[in-house]
Amino acid sequence: MQSYDVVVVGAGPGGSGAALEAARRGLNVLMVEKRQEIGSPKRCGEGLSRNAALRMGIEPSPLWIRREVKGATAYAPSGKFVRIDYKEGPEGWVIERKAFDKFLADMAVKAGARVLARTEVTGLLREEGIISGVELESEGRVRRVRSSLVIAADGVESLVAREAGLDTTLRLPDAVSGVQFEMAGIEIDPDRIELYFGNEVAPGGYCWIFPKGPDTANVGIGVRKPFSRKTAIEYLRGFIESRPGLRRGSVLEVNSGGVPVGGFMDNMVTDNLMVVGDAAHQVNPIHGGGISESFVAGRIAGQVAAEAREARDFSEAFLSRYNKRWWKERGDMLRKVLRLRMVVEGLRDEELNWLAENLRGEDMIEFSKARGFAMLAKLLMKRPRLIGLARKLV
Amino acid sequence: MIKADKKLCLRCSGCVGVCPQSALKLTEHGIECDPERCVECGICVSFCPVGALRLEKGKD
Repeated sequence: MQSYDVVVVGAGPGGSGAALEAARRGLNVLMVEKRQEIGSPKRCGEGLSRNAALRMGIEPSPLWIRREVKGATAYAPSGKFVRIDYKEGPEGWVIERKAFDKFLADMAVKAGARVLARTEVTGLLREEGIISGVELESEGRVRRVRSSLVIAADGVESLVAREAGLDTTLRLPDAVSGVQFEMAGIEIDPDRIELYFGNEVAPGGYCWIFPKGPDTANVGIGVRKPFSRKTAIEYLRGFIESRPGLRRGSVLEVNSGGVPVGGFMDNMVTDNLMVVGDAAHQVNPIHGGGISESFVAGRIAGQVAAEAREARDFSEAFLSRYNKRWWKERGDMLRKVLRLRMVVEGLRDEELNWLAENLRGEDMIEFSKARGFAMLAKLLMKRPRLIGLARKLV
Repeated sequence: MIKADKKLCLRCSGCVGVCPQSALKLTEHGIECDPERCVECGICVSFCPVGALRLEKGKD
């Protein structure tokens, strides 16, 4: 039986972050991806902010950049908008996930990891109850691989962590229903991402237009129960139909997916296994972005994997240093942002319009980083109905 | 028991993530439901972004 120090399940940004870090630290790493192509089909709007790239420690590359984004415009239901502009350089990029995810996987390969697409983990191996490896299936052939450590980066479905006994079920109120059309032949602002909020247009979420070229873009929506009353795709069709610049456009690709926007886990480890990325709900709950969160969490898990190998201790107690580091580095901030999500979802359309009149772009950036909450609370306090919501922020 | 309409389903597996019973799985035939595990709560039906899932009570 082949043997590895660590098997990483899933080759998205979370898996590649883990594989890269573990391989850099000298571990013998196997990363498997059940799909025939890494990064496809995407379940993503493909926005990557400059801050996110910095957090990941990667340089922007023409290999995966589709469009530079100069700013963002957030629309309230009335049409009133807040412009978010960045003073230094681009705000970020709209990327091609198919190229980007392969780029990250290739970084892991260059660091020494072995990567196999179209290879599915069909079960965990156990010896005397302890996880001792994985069962793999590829092209109808089943084989077993030994490993003292498994990193489950298998996406929102999170089947591997569940098999290991961790409850990673995403609760419905924390699950965004997302649908997206990659469109061509449309009239858009080619240099800015656009976000549309409102209880009619996208209850519990927002609509987005992320440009991939002068007349092409990802046009998508995320909605959430209990706020939504129709399916996500019905809301998206309504949004597109209401906009002359989109209505006659072409559709190049259709995507859907579930995005975790809450449900952070205090414990993401068990004996011989750690969970990263969407599987552990590591997503910014105000905008639903998870690329950098997954990658950063994966890297922490990769570090801990190397330390566990060094100490020859793969127990839950040892691996829990991954919990501790992730919560310190990302979790505490994201949990604060979750409070903001709970405030925004409580606002009526008329209140969103009023906020758009009173907020600046800089404020919005601060909010997504869990800063400036006191200022927002002070503003909300001006309206008696919103005092309860404001209290959630302080 | 949950039935997926193969013509609507985009195979995104979001329903798998929200199923509290781990009753759903994406196979080469699309989303399949394990009737032994399914408790017919309908959470996956509420979640599905494209309305591809249907609850068939009492059938398996």
